[in-house]
Amino acid sequence: MKVTGAQALMKCLKEQGVNVVFGFPGGAVIDIFDEIMKNKDLTHVLVRHEQAAVHAADAYARVVGDVGVALVTSGPGATNTVTGIASAYLDSIPIVVFTGQVPTALIGNDAFQEVDIVGITRPCTKHNYLVTDPNELIETIREAFHIARTGRPGPVLIDLPKDVMAAMVNFTEPKPVKMRTYRPTYEPHPGQIEKACKSILKAKKPVLYIGGGVIASNAHEEVTEFARKMSVPVTMTLMGLGGFPGTDPLSMGMLGMHGTYFANMAVSDCDMLIAVGARFDDRVTGRLDAFAPHAKIIHIDIDPTSISKNIGVDIPIVADCKHAVAAMNSWLDRTKEFNRDEIAVKHEPWLNKIREWKAKHPLGYVEEADIIKPQFVVQKLHELTGGDAIITTEVGQNQMWAAQFYHFNHPRAFLTSGGLGVMGYGFPAAIGAKMAAPERTVIDIAGDGSIQMNIQELATAMQYKCPVKIAILNNNYLGMVRQWQELFYDKRYSNTGLETAPDFVKLAEAYGAVGLRATRPSEVEPVIKEALATDNTVIMDFVISREEGVYPMVPAGKATTEMLLV
Amino acid sequence: MKHTISVLLQNKPGVLSRVTGLFSGRGYNIESLCVNKTLDPNVSCLTLVSYGADQIIEQITKQLHKLIDVIKVTDMAETEYVEREMVLIRIKAEAGTRAEVLRIIDIFRGKVVDVSSKSYAVEITGDEEKIQAVIDILKPIGIQEIVKTGTIAMARARKTL
Repeated sequence: MKVTGAQALMKCLKEQGVNVVFGFPGGAVIDIFDEIMKNKDLTHVLVRHEQAAVHAADAYARVVGDVGVALVTSGPGATNTVTGIASAYLDSIPIVVFTGQVPTALIGNDAFQEVDIVGITRPCTKHNYLVTDPNELIETIREAFHIARTGRPGPVLIDLPKDVMAAMVNFTEPKPVKMRTYRPTYEPHPGQIEKACKSILKAKKPVLYIGGGVIASNAHEEVTEFARKMSVPVTMTLMGLGGFPGTDPLSMGMLGMHGTYFANMAVSDCDMLIAVGARFDDRVTGRLDAFAPHAKIIHIDIDPTSISKNIGVDIPIVADCKHAVAAMNSWLDRTKEFNRDEIAVKHEPWLNKIREWKAKHPLGYVEEADIIKPQFVVQKLHELTGGDAIITTEVGQNQMWAAQFYHFNHPRAFLTSGGLGVMGYGFPAAIGAKMAAPERTVIDIAGDGSIQMNIQELATAMQYKCPVKIAILNNNYLGMVRQWQELFYDKRYSNTGLETAPDFVKLAEAYGAVGLRATRPSEVEPVIKEALATDNTVIMDFVISREEGVYPMVPAGKATTEMLLV
Repeated sequence: MKHTISVLLQNKPGVLSRVTGLFSGRGYNIESLCVNKTLDPNVSCLTLVSYGADQIIEQITKQLHKLIDVIKVTDMAETEYVEREMVLIRIKAEAGTRAEVLRIIDIFRGKVVDVSSKSYAVEITGDEEKIQAVIDILKPIGIQEIVKTGTIAMARARKTL
């Protein structure tokens, strides 16, 4: 069947199960938008800045567990997507970004709104394509979705010259994508599984350290089963929150720079560290030679490059986390050496030691009668949503307080720019999440600095009737940098004061949204209740204690046991 | 330690840039690089020489393999192999030295590829040490111009008894 390139794109999106596209039109993609207007199966969400389209697609992908899609024009439209793409790359989120391009005949001529976006995004995409031959369009799109969603997921960009979208192409029925050079390993090596399990059975002080790979591979049930049957305490990275129930007695919460005291102490003291879908990021390990110094390390990851990258691994297992942990569970069920009750008894001294650490320094903060503490706001949000909301965050203190105090029990409920650390991620992500799960409560926990980086998306939220809630923890500071300046730069607050700020209540109202403000602790609960009861986009402006810090904190370059505490 | 790494990759636009971008972006060294088509015109063979600790070389081979267009990565250090470079040298060759230059070239099994009244251009192949030895010997006579390829390498056939 002969169709235009733009029509072929619509058909491919449908066959890939894409219902929602986040985008922004422009000269090079008019042909595509012309087809979008005719396409009743597809919802296009018109953002107000292309960066937001990518963050929204990223969040959409995280919530539904499949590929998110963004569509933008050439030149500035394309360059505006770079931050979003880089963020999705570092967090391993499957998205496909379509960028317009000038007609093939003009490529390389410095044409109007021309940029080499394939060159620019080469280091921050899993793969990218420039389609110059219309006959390769359909195969390229199918390959792109395949690459984005399989293996270690990631962003794929396709650059579409205007003439390719107008050209006639032969639409062929899809068949399974087979690539000569790309075949990710899903199944673990049985010998390695056996070796790992035997080793774990010998350990006295094991710790399970889980990351975003557990969420990406939907391994949370297998991981939970494993932790409970083996009585192994669990710590999560920022990206791994929700991969194991945060309120489970075995949960130690997050580890690393702003992790809990007991998680960091446990990792430092353990004799067996089982890393599942985590990548030993510098914010997790602190000083490398002091990280888990006594531990034998097992590392399960689908990406071989993650293994032994920062820390030497004793038993590497290249596999999908879900498959690998399921294989460990079934190996344990088959072996006589494993007895659930005996293991529980054997690990009791270790679990008890962790309970002692927890009792000594629980996660906490100093309450004050007249000033709102940001941690209190997050706790209240947790309480009043029953812990069931989808939480997005910006980056900085707001992100860490959200991670520490909203105890996530389910995967795909905590959306944050973990690797790249993008201020301005949370609000567009909230819109993307709400489009993916309209029935869920979606809250962006924001700072007054971050929210201003994509505040223009209020118009998008209003246009698509996306009643997301924004909770601004407003300290009139770029708080995380200020905290570093306070601790390590003798309180020289260079350019971190944001005293000149909009009135966020009026700002919300200017867009037709609802603005609420709380200045005293007693106002926090009523404001949250009102926001949750309102069927509109709401900004909650919480005026918090200005110089509150995030604790515990491991200073950069220090061992994770050298924590600054509350 | 020096490693010669052989990479088979899809012969597509931008592939070389993916490889070199990986090295510059992650701070790995490229000592030399040589690339051309294989018998299959859709596949290129790239040979590169890099220096680094074992852990770095392991990362390099894994990262190369992670590139979607890469078919196969071989660290030659894991096998017996032969490697060659080629060099073109223009040497000053006037009345007093013309015969001497030819003798030296002959010893190194080089070939004269261009002649003028005042110089020879010669072609010599060999491993890195041999090429360096030629250069060291010819230097005092007067090297006017020098162009070197990167290293290419091939694993030796398995010897069986």
